[in-house]
Amino acid sequence: MALSGLEIYKLLPQTNCKDCDYPTCLAFAMKLAAKQASLSDCPHVSEEAKAKLEAASAPPITLVEIKAEGGEVKVGNETVVFRHEKTFYHKPGLFWRLRDTEDLEELKRKVADADAYHVDYVGIDLYLDGFAIEAVSGDPETFKNAISAILSISKKPLILIASTSDIAKAGLEGSDGSRPLLYAADGENWETMVEVAKQGDVPLAVRADTLDELADLTQKIKAAGVEEMVLDPGVHHYLDSLQQLTTLRRLALKKTFRPLGYPIITFPGANEEVDETLLAAEHITKYGGLIVLEEFNPASLYALLVLRQNIYTDPQKPIQVQPGVYEINSPDENSPLMVTTNFSITYFSIANEVDGSGWPGWLLVTDAEGMSVLTAWAAGKFDAERIAKDAKTFNVEEKVSHRKLIIPGHVAVLSGELEEEMPGWEIMVGPREAVDINSYLKAMWTK
Amino acid sequence: MAVEIPKEKWTSAVREVTLGATSDEGGTRSHTITVGGETALPFLHFEGETPNRPILALDVRSHKPEDWSPLLRQTWGKAMEDPATWAQAAEEAGADMIYLVLSLTTTDGEPNTPENARAVVRKVLEATGLPLAVVGPGQAEVDNELIVAVAEEAVGERLLLGLCEEKNYRTIVAAALAHNHLVQSKTPMDVNLSKQLVILINDMGMPLERIVMDPTTGALGYGIEYGFSVMERLRLAALQGDKMTQQPMIVNPGEEAWRVKEAKVGEGVPENWGEWERRALDWEALTATTLVHSGADILVLRHPETLRRVRAVIDDLIGPKSAA
Repeated sequence: MALSGLEIYKLLPQTNCKDCDYPTCLAFAMKLAAKQASLSDCPHVSEEAKAKLEAASAPPITLVEIKAEGGEVKVGNETVVFRHEKTFYHKPGLFWRLRDTEDLEELKRKVADADAYHVDYVGIDLYLDGFAIEAVSGDPETFKNAISAILSISKKPLILIASTSDIAKAGLEGSDGSRPLLYAADGENWETMVEVAKQGDVPLAVRADTLDELADLTQKIKAAGVEEMVLDPGVHHYLDSLQQLTTLRRLALKKTFRPLGYPIITFPGANEEVDETLLAAEHITKYGGLIVLEEFNPASLYALLVLRQNIYTDPQKPIQVQPGVYEINSPDENSPLMVTTNFSITYFSIANEVDGSGWPGWLLVTDAEGMSVLTAWAAGKFDAERIAKDAKTFNVEEKVSHRKLIIPGHVAVLSGELEEEMPGWEIMVGPREAVDINSYLKAMWTK
Repeated sequence: MAVEIPKEKWTSAVREVTLGATSDEGGTRSHTITVGGETALPFLHFEGETPNRPILALDVRSHKPEDWSPLLRQTWGKAMEDPATWAQAAEEAGADMIYLVLSLTTTDGEPNTPENARAVVRKVLEATGLPLAVVGPGQAEVDNELIVAVAEEAVGERLLLGLCEEKNYRTIVAAALAHNHLVQSKTPMDVNLSKQLVILINDMGMPLERIVMDPTTGALGYGIEYGFSVMERLRLAALQGDKMTQQPMIVNPGEEAWRVKEAKVGEGVPENWGEWERRALDWEALTATTLVHSGADILVLRHPETLRRVRAVIDDLIGPKSAA
């Protein structure tokens, strides 16, 4: 648990020497508590106090980093149970599980396909985070060759699934130059796995069937010198997942229970009876850290990546686009003029729709503080006055020779007021949904 | 070591609301359905009860909707041409409830009329024994005209009537009150607006046991995170004892998901969006299950396959103890 300013103050020298550039030790302590200053600014703090402060300030869920030449995945370090309390910070990594018994050429083909997978969502590039490769063969050399084959195609981070330290070691040799996650230590093999993880300086996944056993294991492993761990609580259904992962999140955040304060790895497709996509979706919303998929399917992956993006959006900061007049399909003075808000999703759904319809058009994007049409309207950020003002600011009168403005159907109520605010303009009430823009323009717009 | 499971202590519960009325209760439904009653966050059975499972309704239209995705039109086929046949097909597909939407116009493009709305509702009531929700096309004047007629026609059935919105709720609430129905209150993704409308409706004399609230949710990719968080906040407030947030929640992932491009359109989209049908079904199912996790009590869906998938998730989440 984070210490309060007063608790920190007690650990400081209390000399008010000002070497930290704050007027008093108390002021400095307050800044430390607010995480606006760093303890290293105090040259006089004792080693003992430093150790205490550092231990207390360690995040309740350890940050774990998996890296490779082409990218990194950081998970953990979450601070809240509900996203509205602050935000969820580190998006769960999505990995595709492959096996070393596969023909190497086939393996390379699969990796190449998945590696090339990119989708654009409101201007954000979404993709698979990496691959999990499992030593099904039980043979160190085969495992190493499979890893080399993957790395010859993709630079994405890896998870190495190996049940013995010999195989794990071969895996790490094969992935030299990157920092994979080693999966997994259990009650049987943990001592030797710890050695391999330490040698390679890689994070280690820990697997047990109960939280009690899991907590025992992580403590032993930490004592043996591995700091970065990932937990596999062995969940296989929707209910056990939800309950276990919620419990783990609460233990870490509300009880500062360090033995289970690590990110979580799940295998939503391991149980053939469940719908992998829907269980993976649950893991995205409810506390998964690394999600290893059995199936690579572009349609489902797209849905999962978008869900992840949505859930991990900072609720305090809607994604915004710059207010202004946007040109779509090279419009001219006779092209329709539409108005909407600067919430990115609103903007993109309309822009995409107009773009796809082939209509040239002008899109006036007003400053609605990043809210969607209805929300902004309800909050008074998308009213006649603001629209009229932005129409003037961005000179729409010079862009079009006609005097027609199409407003979203959801705010049809604004049309009267707008006609007063914009004398000489005809206000047309457009469709409620972006998908209907094309049919609306066909029916209502005369070129 | 023995790890102690942290449990939250909640002081309050979601209100129970019963939909439909059997012949003993003055209606004609074969059974009633109760939703709500939770005394814990969704499915955390170790700290409270979930006495009633979230229910799944299918969206049925009084007239064939020409703008629905071809995938939906293929699936429902000819059943879409008659609301009674469609409702029966929905019941066969496993729906717990029929969510009947009265269209703005008839198939010939004529405006829908109160007489026609009465006839449609009568037909649907005869075709299925499931509890029924009936909502208007979403234009205040038409909604009022049609729903008032429907309320009278189906007196005593305890239909869920809507949509009651901040700018238009009085007429529908009055009709529901007079003829023993329930109402759906709908507000745009905001905790306080949700609460406010429940208060206004309750002030008209509508018992809280007859109000279901619709907090509005975006589709996956189109603002679902707002709906998700508003629902989580409403549910937390309900469990902490804020009386006017304790209504069961209804959401419409079918409508939300099927109007976005990812579900609706199969051509002219990026190749990496993947196979159309799978994407569309995933879009609806992910929207739905995400809202199940944020506390939805009634989910309105459009595709029978989504209903099957979401039901499997709920069956597992509700646990062996409370499974039907």
